[in-house]
Amino acid sequence: MKFYIPPQITRLALAFAIFITLFLVLRHFLVPKTFGEYGHYRGASLIDNAQPEIHYAGQQACFKCHQDIEDKKAQDVHSEIHCETCHGPGEKHVVLSKTEKILKPAGREFCGSCHVINAGKQKSMINQIDLNKHNIGKNCIECHNPHQPWEMKK
Amino acid sequence: MSQSTSTMGNEKINTSRRKFLKTAVTLAGATIGYTWLKSSQILLFAAKPKDENLPWYGLVIDIQKCIGCGNCAKACKNENDVPIEPFFFRTWVEQYTVKNDGSVNIVSPNGGINGFEQTVPTEDIFKSFFVPKMCNHCSKSPCTQVCPVGATFESPEGVVLIDEKYCIGCRYCVQACPYGCRFIHPVKKVANKCTLCYHRLKKGLEPACMETCPTGARMYGNLRDKNSDLVKFLKEHTTLVLRPHLNTGSKLYYNGLSSEVR
Repeated sequence: MKFYIPPQITRLALAFAIFITLFLVLRHFLVPKTFGEYGHYRGASLIDNAQPEIHYAGQQACFKCHQDIEDKKAQDVHSEIHCETCHGPGEKHVVLSKTEKILKPAGREFCGSCHVINAGKQKSMINQIDLNKHNIGKNCIECHNPHQPWEMKK
Repeated sequence: MSQSTSTMGNEKINTSRRKFLKTAVTLAGATIGYTWLKSSQILLFAAKPKDENLPWYGLVIDIQKCIGCGNCAKACKNENDVPIEPFFFRTWVEQYTVKNDGSVNIVSPNGGINGFEQTVPTEDIFKSFFVPKMCNHCSKSPCTQVCPVGATFESPEGVVLIDEKYCIGCRYCVQACPYGCRFIHPVKKVANKCTLCYHRLKKGLEPACMETCPTGARMYGNLRDKNSDLVKFLKEHTTLVLRPHLNTGSKLYYNGLSSEVR
């Protein structure tokens, strides 16, 4: 018995074959090379995500030059606070120390961002100051050395 | 008489054998099914790292240590080039104040970036505390599951990242995150979120928020290393994750988390 395939089925099969081939060719060119390397994503984006420049250098970079501050800071309550917490991002200053100066914040508002009294703060964590009562009109650094807060200036 | 007894006896044996076979097949089927479900993590969920040689990052935030200074939020914006305004945050701080009448007041002025002013008079306060929020780096994250193009994923180190070149900015992930930790970057116009400062981790540096936290309220570490500071902390403290009922496999553990926190 001869196996008969109707012409419309042959045409349909041909159309399917063309469609699938086209799909595979397009897919080959459109899907990025590293897609699926580790999972359902572009493997190369792990490298992309590791690329951006850093802005905060980390305090070990600071201590390479500012050994004196490290020693000073170690003696008082601010010892655990990293330099860039107050001084801001310092990577530029690390690379170009002559031209790029680091931020030297001062003023009651700045110190107050940590030390202002607030019921949400644990009393054991931080000394809290009522800015409306404590030596009004004076700048904090007139009395306190920020690197060594209890080494009072005369 | 004797014949009928023996027939009854035979029937008894047959029924019990059928029962036994039924039970055995059911039990075997259930065991096989359970094993299959468990391996595909549908029934029970346990976070497991994929690559044995890489660290598997987790985080701890100690609520009792947070003083709400907002240095983390500020540093995060500086480090990751997120504009100060409009107010989108990769990490931010909220102040929860439970009043004596039982109502809860939650504030986060500019994400806490400039610190907090006490809004409720001290005599009305039952208790008050700060809660820093950030990406929970879930190991079964809802946000990565909904991405239609595979532009967001969990890295082999357990950090949830975004492929900015591949993201089409459809906002599905922004909606899917139950913690509200994603946004559309106002300049790049693609999804953005905490990367646990992946670029810093790769250079051997701490994430910017942890570098600048004055009280050490934030901590990250390798969950695979049983001797790491993080695992030690988790052993010694009772920690909770946010919205555990959503089964997101969050790897951000809060110490001292109060039930008012959402």
